[in-house]
Amino acid sequence: METVKPKKTKIKTLLTIVLVIAIIWGSIINTQISLSTLIQGLPNIVDLIKEMFPPDWSYFGSITNQMLETIRMAVLGTTFGGIIAIPFALLSSSNVVKIPVVYQVFRFIMNLIRTIPELLLAALFVPVFGIGELPGILAIAVFSFGIIAKLFYEAIEAIDPGPLEAMTAVGANKIQWIFFGVIPQVIAHYMSFFLYSFEINIRAAAILGYVGAGGIGLVLNNALGFFQYDRVLTIIIYTLIVVVIVDAISNKLREKLL
Amino acid sequence: MNQVSLKKPIRKRVMKWVVVAIVILIYVWAFWGAPHIEIKDSAKQALKGIFSGFAHPDWGYIYDPEGEDLLRSLLETLAIAVLGTFISAVLCVPFAFWGARNMSKNKAISSVGKFVLSCIRVFPELIMALIFIKAVGLGPFAGILALGFHSIGMLGKLFGESIENTEFSAREALIASGANKIQTLWFAILPEVMPAFLSYTLYRFEISVRSATILGIVGAGGIGAPLIFALQGHTWPRVGIILYGIVVMVTIIDVISAQIRKRIV
Repeated sequence: METVKPKKTKIKTLLTIVLVIAIIWGSIINTQISLSTLIQGLPNIVDLIKEMFPPDWSYFGSITNQMLETIRMAVLGTTFGGIIAIPFALLSSSNVVKIPVVYQVFRFIMNLIRTIPELLLAALFVPVFGIGELPGILAIAVFSFGIIAKLFYEAIEAIDPGPLEAMTAVGANKIQWIFFGVIPQVIAHYMSFFLYSFEINIRAAAILGYVGAGGIGLVLNNALGFFQYDRVLTIIIYTLIVVVIVDAISNKLREKLL
Repeated sequence: MNQVSLKKPIRKRVMKWVVVAIVILIYVWAFWGAPHIEIKDSAKQALKGIFSGFAHPDWGYIYDPEGEDLLRSLLETLAIAVLGTFISAVLCVPFAFWGARNMSKNKAISSVGKFVLSCIRVFPELIMALIFIKAVGLGPFAGILALGFHSIGMLGKLFGESIENTEFSAREALIASGANKIQTLWFAILPEVMPAFLSYTLYRFEISVRSATILGIVGAGGIGAPLIFALQGHTWPRVGIILYGIVVMVTIIDVISAQIRKRIV
């Protein structure tokens, strides 16, 4: 027995490695990539980067409005998504809703929503709501709903059952049970997930404009279209600064929460 | 002593109210400038089109023996994600060691490494794809390179953190018995971080599959290009079938990857 087991795992590891190599090999054939194309094209990248420098510093002032628009999209989108996520997360938790069919169905809906990338949601909302912030906010709301609801229901399922049992024993109804038993235990987690999702959304909001959903992405799209690469670099630097600041603040707050 | 213990809660309470006030201000500002919801006449038509497109998707697009079809585009999307993840998994290793606090004696070195990683992480994939398109032309190769470089940021960070969490005992024992740097790396650190590394790589693969579906919007291969054409042309049945295809593919990948990750850790 002792000698059989390692042999088995060895074969398994070998098979896994062969399988992974086969998948990578298949992907290389499928996409027809070649190193020589990359090496030949490298000078083009160098040219592009040369065109980006120096960045158009004067452009900073004229895109501040769009940057604020981007932040506003992220704030509103995360908020709406986060609020809708609360009932969904409660309904997806097996220790709150004890009927498997119900929580399985809600989890299934959540997982389906999470599979669609934000940019695709935005591209789908733009024809309906027109070019502007609104489709962006909605896309961010749907997307952050997916993230927050999933993380939140997992946190709810991990809570201490003690207080809940005690409350049931003294005759609390379901609403009281949720408000005084479940929520106090997970509120800090919820805030943390909310901030985490906000960090992701700031980044996403910056490119949503590419498909017409408002924010700095619209300006970026224009600058790219007119080959104004010095402006492109300015927009990228501006975005980086905002993202780094938001990440730093959000990280500090999350550290304090948990 | 008494004063000190009294002062702290007051400061904390003030801080709390300052945070609350700032949050309220942010929301007032955000809602003040919020766009008005106006539904145009064209919106109704678009909605109608979208719903009928989703109800009656273009099944014929799934497989077309000649020319572009859904299955081929999805396969290309997957191939982009596979190669992009593979490239980043290889390239992130030196960055991870650079950023890990316990790998260098000088703290400044790891701080710089972490900063470089976060710069890579916040650089949008789509722009990276546009840059690579300049070099290798339109097509999946640009998407692969964009994903490969962008993912270094996240994988390098996660991998570096797991290096930081390694136990010192195995390493110290090896150093004490006279192992050189490469030997300690190979026999003490790698075996410890390998499961976490594989798990993170798979996790990143799940994300990369989603990213690969949108790279086509800028012309970097995959399902994104036919999707954006269908969206621009308002051919909703085609949009419907493509979105269904994406949802099914991502779900299958998520399920498989989660199963494997469960076994690794």
